[in-house]
Amino acid sequence: MPEPTLAVLTLDGRRVTVAPGITVLAALQNAGLSPLRHSLSGEPRGALCGMGSCYECRAVVDGLLVRTCLTPARDGQNVRRLLEVAREF
Amino acid sequence: MNSEAWDAVVVGAGPAGLMAARTAAEGGLRALLLDAQPGSGGQIWRGAVAGQKGTAGDLLRDVASHPGITVMSGAEVMAAETRERAHTLTVTTAAGLRQIHAERVILTTGATERFLPFDGWILPGVFGAGGLQAMSKGGLDVRGKRVVVAGSGPLLLAVAAGLRQKGARVLAVAEQAGLPGVAAFGMAAARLPGKSREAWALAARLLGVPYWADCAVVRASGQNQLQSVTLRRGRREITLDCDYLAVGFGLVPETRVAALLGCALDGTGAVQVNVWQATSIQGVYAAGEVCSIGGVDGALLEGFVAGCAASGQIERLRDAPRRAEIQRRFQATLERSFALRPKRLPTPLPTTIVCRCEDVRHGELRGFAGWTAAKLQTRCGMGACQGRVCGPACETLYGWRFEGVRAPLVPLPLAQLLDEPITLSPP
Repeated sequence: MPEPTLAVLTLDGRRVTVAPGITVLAALQNAGLSPLRHSLSGEPRGALCGMGSCYECRAVVDGLLVRTCLTPARDGQNVRRLLEVAREF
Repeated sequence: MNSEAWDAVVVGAGPAGLMAARTAAEGGLRALLLDAQPGSGGQIWRGAVAGQKGTAGDLLRDVASHPGITVMSGAEVMAAETRERAHTLTVTTAAGLRQIHAERVILTTGATERFLPFDGWILPGVFGAGGLQAMSKGGLDVRGKRVVVAGSGPLLLAVAAGLRQKGARVLAVAEQAGLPGVAAFGMAAARLPGKSREAWALAARLLGVPYWADCAVVRASGQNQLQSVTLRRGRREITLDCDYLAVGFGLVPETRVAALLGCALDGTGAVQVNVWQATSIQGVYAAGEVCSIGGVDGALLEGFVAGCAASGQIERLRDAPRRAEIQRRFQATLERSFALRPKRLPTPLPTTIVCRCEDVRHGELRGFAGWTAAKLQTRCGMGACQGRVCGPACETLYGWRFEGVRAPLVPLPLAQLLDEPITLSPP
């Protein structure tokens, strides 16, 4: 079966179409979802290293906490930023 | 837990790792090449594909098609130990933990960026210089974005050129080193045929972009998102409105796996190797930026030497000492030229956060004798990144040496530690 040309992701409940193979982090940033979490002191934080070292880009993808800079965007993924997840608590 | 045995395991699929795996396989070893990233190539060749023109494409193709090499992407070493002459790596993957045994291990774990804290560096929009480049290679759309590149080292130029090529508006490159240092590096690069070509290509791509030597980052400003960056040139402060700040102060060898295996480090904190790239532990070799920061050519050469040495192909190494000497001289110039100068480094305020994971501020950290005391009293370095960001920063700010590496090297899902399948919760 040929590779799909585009992937449709759900980012914080919003359906977004992206080129396949880009990282989930890039998909979030391109969609304008830049702060990813709040720090212990309540300040917004974004990604820093882009390579898997800083752990700042963690988000919940299909129920698992992952580093989005190491996660390729795939069709059907459900992505939730930690600051959105935290709002439920 | 899955348990398997290989002739050689190569940790890290950047230029050094790819070259080491190919060379070891050519010598008849069954090699496993693993990397945390979803694809091979390391940070410098991220996004390159097998078969494309140039060294990256050729190496990726050879590694992908060699019957003696198995590539495992998305795999990170969480534990490592040496018993007598056998080495065991425990690796975390999406499918769970795998235990890998090998008589030979080649460490090509590369380097991470050194970040230094300054007022506003925690704002979204402030990225590592290499980080922004990696994100852009990973699909971040930088078209039309105003970017300031700051910090130190030739990586800044590569990052600026790469971002500009992707459509970003690079407002300035701010280098903390002085002009004499930068000029010395330029002349050293010009003497190496490959580097000279690279330098001219970079210069052409950066035409019109201001390059300010002797320039320091003072602060980043914005409300919840970066809006401007203030730099100091001489006695003058310049504020530039921008969307992204790409900032990094050189690279730090990533030695955690080496430390777990017991490999000795040198005075700079890199893995100590001999002329055959052998570490202090029998059967463990290291190559590339984990040994010294010197760029892709040095990494390829060292990967080749390590692959040959691990597989006993000594006759192929006749020319290696001469080439290594050229690389060593280049690395020494690089180190001298971009040595960090306290007067041109950002100065954190007492309220500036140093440890981003645990929100520990500069004012809380001054005065501790070392890591252990600071960790116990403040939790600095005890968050998710386990000191990967604040460790090198504290080393520069307070002179502490990061110590006490222990497994697990990465945070793991509890299900993996319990050796149970990870169940996805419904979306």
